[in-house]
Amino acid sequence: MLDVLQLLIYGVVLGSILTLGAIGVSMVFGILRFAHFAHGDMMTLGAYFGLVFVVGLEISPLAALPLAMGLTAGVAVLIDQTIYRRLRRTAPVILLISSFGMALALRSVIQLIWGPNSQVFQSGIQIPHRVFGLIIKPDHVWIVAGAVVLVIGLHLFLTRTKMGKAMRAMSDNVDLALVTGIPAERVVMGTWVLGGAMAAAAGVFLGMDTRLHPTIGWGVLLPVFAAAILGGIGKPYGAIAGGMVIGIAMELSTLFLEPTYKPAVAFAIMVAMLVVRPSGLFGGRT
Amino acid sequence: MIVIDNVSKHFSGIRAVDGCSFRIAKGRITGLIGPNGAGKTTLFNIVAGFIRADTGRVLLEGKDVTGQPPHRLFHRGLVRTFQIPQEFSRMTLIENLMVVPAGQSGERLLATWLRPGRVAAEERRVREKAEEVIDFLQLGHVARELAGNLSGGQKKLLELGRTMMTDAKVVLLDEPGAGVNRTLLAKLCESIRRLNEERGYTFCIIEHDMDVITRLCDPVVVMAQGRVLTEGSMNHVRSNEAVLDAYFGGGAAARGDDTP
Repeated sequence: MLDVLQLLIYGVVLGSILTLGAIGVSMVFGILRFAHFAHGDMMTLGAYFGLVFVVGLEISPLAALPLAMGLTAGVAVLIDQTIYRRLRRTAPVILLISSFGMALALRSVIQLIWGPNSQVFQSGIQIPHRVFGLIIKPDHVWIVAGAVVLVIGLHLFLTRTKMGKAMRAMSDNVDLALVTGIPAERVVMGTWVLGGAMAAAAGVFLGMDTRLHPTIGWGVLLPVFAAAILGGIGKPYGAIAGGMVIGIAMELSTLFLEPTYKPAVAFAIMVAMLVVRPSGLFGGRT
Repeated sequence: MIVIDNVSKHFSGIRAVDGCSFRIAKGRITGLIGPNGAGKTTLFNIVAGFIRADTGRVLLEGKDVTGQPPHRLFHRGLVRTFQIPQEFSRMTLIENLMVVPAGQSGERLLATWLRPGRVAAEERRVREKAEEVIDFLQLGHVARELAGNLSGGQKKLLELGRTMMTDAKVVLLDEPGAGVNRTLLAKLCESIRRLNEERGYTFCIIEHDMDVITRLCDPVVVMAQGRVLTEGSMNHVRSNEAVLDAYFGGGAAARGDDTP
């Protein structure tokens, strides 16, 4: 029983990280209609930006988080405006392939700048809390709390501002959105800002949980996509639920499977979901 | 208000609209009727900028707006509704309305961070306006329902409500009455009349329900096979022989039936 609870805690931590990544993937898909393969590497980039501030300013990863988010959002907009924007009028598959190329390019740049070796935000050991026999690392608490704050912020943004509503409108019914004069180009930029910032947060959290490596983001891209699809791609609220389900399922699977199969579990859920309910857990809603 | 000048549109050999000319007069409710396939909706699509005409011009308040995209015409006060209602199905009714007004400061991402007070104040104003519109349309009981769950008639009212969130001058209504029950239809007509009388909206309505046309519209323009057959008051139109042939099917009008 204790095992299951312990894994549940790990699952929620992983789920929080996947959620933040899946929100961006889902929103980009909803508005631009293509699967953004460079999202994982955008997460990596965010993590390394975090490292720059942690080392340079000697602050905690959590304090570096907003800075890394802002910087990554800027890079996301830059990539979109210089590369994706030119391809938007072509077939979505061309955008998809170009995002794959962007993923490779980002990873290589990261390796060039920061090297191929693993790095950590903070060395030394953390003393975990023990609650009823469960092990809870302080970083885990911060990760979950950070994700909750960001998700609540996102919710307020999507429901309380014109921009947020315009984003939801555009992913809901593009034709109607264009006809009613919603500023499409601005919505697209806003989507990248949000997607990039969320990806950076996921990357920094991932780095806090384990260690930084040029492929950390790429490694979780598959579960991130699984989470986005599970929640119904294009629906940011679905991505939140999808992230949690995938994260928890991946951790719980280690009860009876080798941990190396964790991504396979995410993949299996994704395939099953596409076969059974391609519109996501909540069908047409949320 | 709107001048349609010799507009034609072909679809692979079929003359959908064929040298069509008429005016939509300011402050009036113009009816546009004609048998199926007469080119009414195509004409609407051309006027609202959804498709390009092959020839001819469209003038809005004296300015040539031929071929301008829909969103630009929208900001100039030319709004259309759809025969099959469109909505943002995963947003609530009130959000569907709140997303319409342009130029809110909440549209700029930075402002939502740097000037949250101002954004919130504007948001409140827009919300009040949306609530006003919802009251006007008597949809208060479903204001927080997802638009996808509304009935067909309620979605038609939402279409009308959307036009009210803008500073619309001309509203093109494509079959507002189709698929709407009698009670709701009466409400819809009443809303249209009030918008026209109290707020000075100019309307052009495509409708097959002669009740609606007779009650609301003057003048009435009759189209058949892409051309304007005649225009004038409903009585004038009803007694026109070409119209009887094309539309009312001979004896119907003589018997005094309202619906063909």
